[in-house]
Amino acid sequence: MKKLLLASTALALSAGMAAGEVKMGVLLGFTGPIESITPHMADGAEMAFREISESGLFLGGETITPVRADSTCVDSSAAQAAAERMISSDGVVAIMGADCSGVTMAVLQNVAMSAGIPMISPSATSPAFTTTESNGLFYRTAPSDARQGAVLAGIVKERGFSQVALTYTNNDYGAGFANAFEAAFIEMGGSITSKVAHEEARGDYSAEVGQLASAGGEALVVLGYVDGGGSMIRTAYELGAFENFFMGDGMFGDELIANVGDALEGTVGTIPWAAGEGADLFHAMAEAAGVQGQSSYTRESYDAAALLALAAQAAGEATPAGIAANILNVANEPGEPILPGELAKGLEILANGGEINYEGATNVTLVGPGEAAGFYREYVVENGEFVTVKFH
Amino acid sequence: MEPLNALVSLSNFMLIPAFAYGSQLALGALGITLIYSILRFAHFAHGDTMALGTAAVIGGTWFLQARGVGIAPLPTALLALPFGLLVMIAYLLAADRLVYRYYRRVKAKPMIFVMASLGVMFVTNGITRLFMGVGETRFEDGERFIFTVRQFRDVTGLDEGMALRSAQALTITTALIVMVALFWFLNRTRAGKSMRAYSDNEDLALLSGINPERVVVITWVITAILLVLAGTLFGLDKGFRPFNYFQLLLPMFAAAILGGLGSPIGAIVGAYVVAFAEMGITYAWRRVFAYLMPEGMEPDSMMQLLPVDYKFAVTFAILVIVLLFRPTGIFKGKVL
Repeated sequence: MKKLLLASTALALSAGMAAGEVKMGVLLGFTGPIESITPHMADGAEMAFREISESGLFLGGETITPVRADSTCVDSSAAQAAAERMISSDGVVAIMGADCSGVTMAVLQNVAMSAGIPMISPSATSPAFTTTESNGLFYRTAPSDARQGAVLAGIVKERGFSQVALTYTNNDYGAGFANAFEAAFIEMGGSITSKVAHEEARGDYSAEVGQLASAGGEALVVLGYVDGGGSMIRTAYELGAFENFFMGDGMFGDELIANVGDALEGTVGTIPWAAGEGADLFHAMAEAAGVQGQSSYTRESYDAAALLALAAQAAGEATPAGIAANILNVANEPGEPILPGELAKGLEILANGGEINYEGATNVTLVGPGEAAGFYREYVVENGEFVTVKFH
Repeated sequence: MEPLNALVSLSNFMLIPAFAYGSQLALGALGITLIYSILRFAHFAHGDTMALGTAAVIGGTWFLQARGVGIAPLPTALLALPFGLLVMIAYLLAADRLVYRYYRRVKAKPMIFVMASLGVMFVTNGITRLFMGVGETRFEDGERFIFTVRQFRDVTGLDEGMALRSAQALTITTALIVMVALFWFLNRTRAGKSMRAYSDNEDLALLSGINPERVVVITWVITAILLVLAGTLFGLDKGFRPFNYFQLLLPMFAAAILGGLGSPIGAIVGAYVVAFAEMGITYAWRRVFAYLMPEGMEPDSMMQLLPVDYKFAVTFAILVIVLLFRPTGIFKGKVL
């Protein structure tokens, strides 16, 4: 305990902050293409920080203050500026974020790695992170699209389609996902008739759809966001180019059904999901706290935030190096399983020198830096609602 | 039946969208050409004022919808057009009074006018976003289709289908009516003739007793009508998003310059050339050729000259080629 106190005092002095306060960044795209889900993600993360602070057990009674900043999802320079600001002027010791793969990679390589700040992203799913060398600074709680590509390819094949056209949103996420899907689908004996990128926020998608239609195919696989991907589906349906659609996680959202309407009926898609005790506990907690726990990546955000705090506790000090070194230890076996709402128990075990295995809301298992195992929900749109088929 | 299938497929994916897009561009390019020939400057605020006019129409549409007023199966926006027109006329005249009139008085160089219109563009842009935000707003209501792909297939029994959306049909008819009306106005009415006279030779027009301020006002009013119509039709067809209106600036200018700046007929021809070039060069022709070629000779490649992403590059290329080889445009307009 004495050592712990010393460490935290030293930290407080060195960072020039009020004693007993640790700052952690919440870097999410509060403006831009995914602005409809990021407020809930931030709420999820802050719920975990609050739980830690209120327990009174974190590093001998310190509290965590979240610092929000806008990653914009698409503008790398804006995201880097936001990250730099939160590190240099706010003095955060770790970052919960960023969200979209492109800006996350930019922040990681240009800001976090030079400053030595650990990041846990709740939603960057590009396969590129699996192989990127981050000096042990980057982790994520959402599984890689390499796996989602394989899962989705299996679903398409299982439903009897062997020739499909493929369109993806023109960024790191879309391209990585599309490559993963293509590789998996061809390995399963299917073929891709045409692979076309589409931009977000265009008025007219008939040219893109025309190209896909020209190549033909039994179904159209759309790996994008609600905005552009939804327009692609609507245009393809209205022009009679395709009748059957499959889609990836970025497309999931009630807005999609409102925007696209009838064309979506019968569409099948995948999204990282969690079922079981941890998820149920989290949903109950979220409801009590007035947070939309069912929204995309809210669970992953809670887990990412909790992991950062638990890693700091395991290190005995809230320093970037200490957190980075302990994330894998607290996330994986061996140790006592910790579910949402049990963060205080986890803090206590760690303070007493024990080991924990953080399960959280999404059954967190980290496969080394940059990679997480996870589950996917297969859903189908029926009568304007997302209906679960099964879990993969 | 094979050539028929080819034609239907081509119409569905290229001809109809290009024709509708060309009509929207034509209305915009007409405004640019009018301002250029009478006020003698390149109006850079064109795309953004178009967005503002459309925003006013959308506001009017919401007002009417909230009161349950509609003209189904036609979109309610048509009913809100007069309101949008009033706002647009007031806005353009105010911009003229506050900005352009001063430069006219001091006989500023055309480049100064262009820069002033750039300023107006930024201000207009900001106002539109203040009211509408930057996201997409869809305000189309009423019947969405004249006929759908499935109906077309059932009726004709062809393999290929074709859809015609109400917004597309509306765009094409309205554009044709407006063009005819504009030519009638310019060639047959006293006001139209005085505008042409003023455009032809300013000093001579002044000596003949034509009031220049009146010509300017009429020009802005006609521009407002063209802008609101073009903007509303574009929005009905493709959804309203301020940034897309700003991006229309390039194809509209390309159309006006290609046709010959100052020539209304040139603006129309130029608009359709730009629209069909954009769509045709980036279209994958494989399906069409598969129907037309003899058995066994179907093409393997996509038969696409440029990827879809290069749409704007096509417009740029047209602009550069015209300025290099025929700066007066197809119909001998003024040199920029």
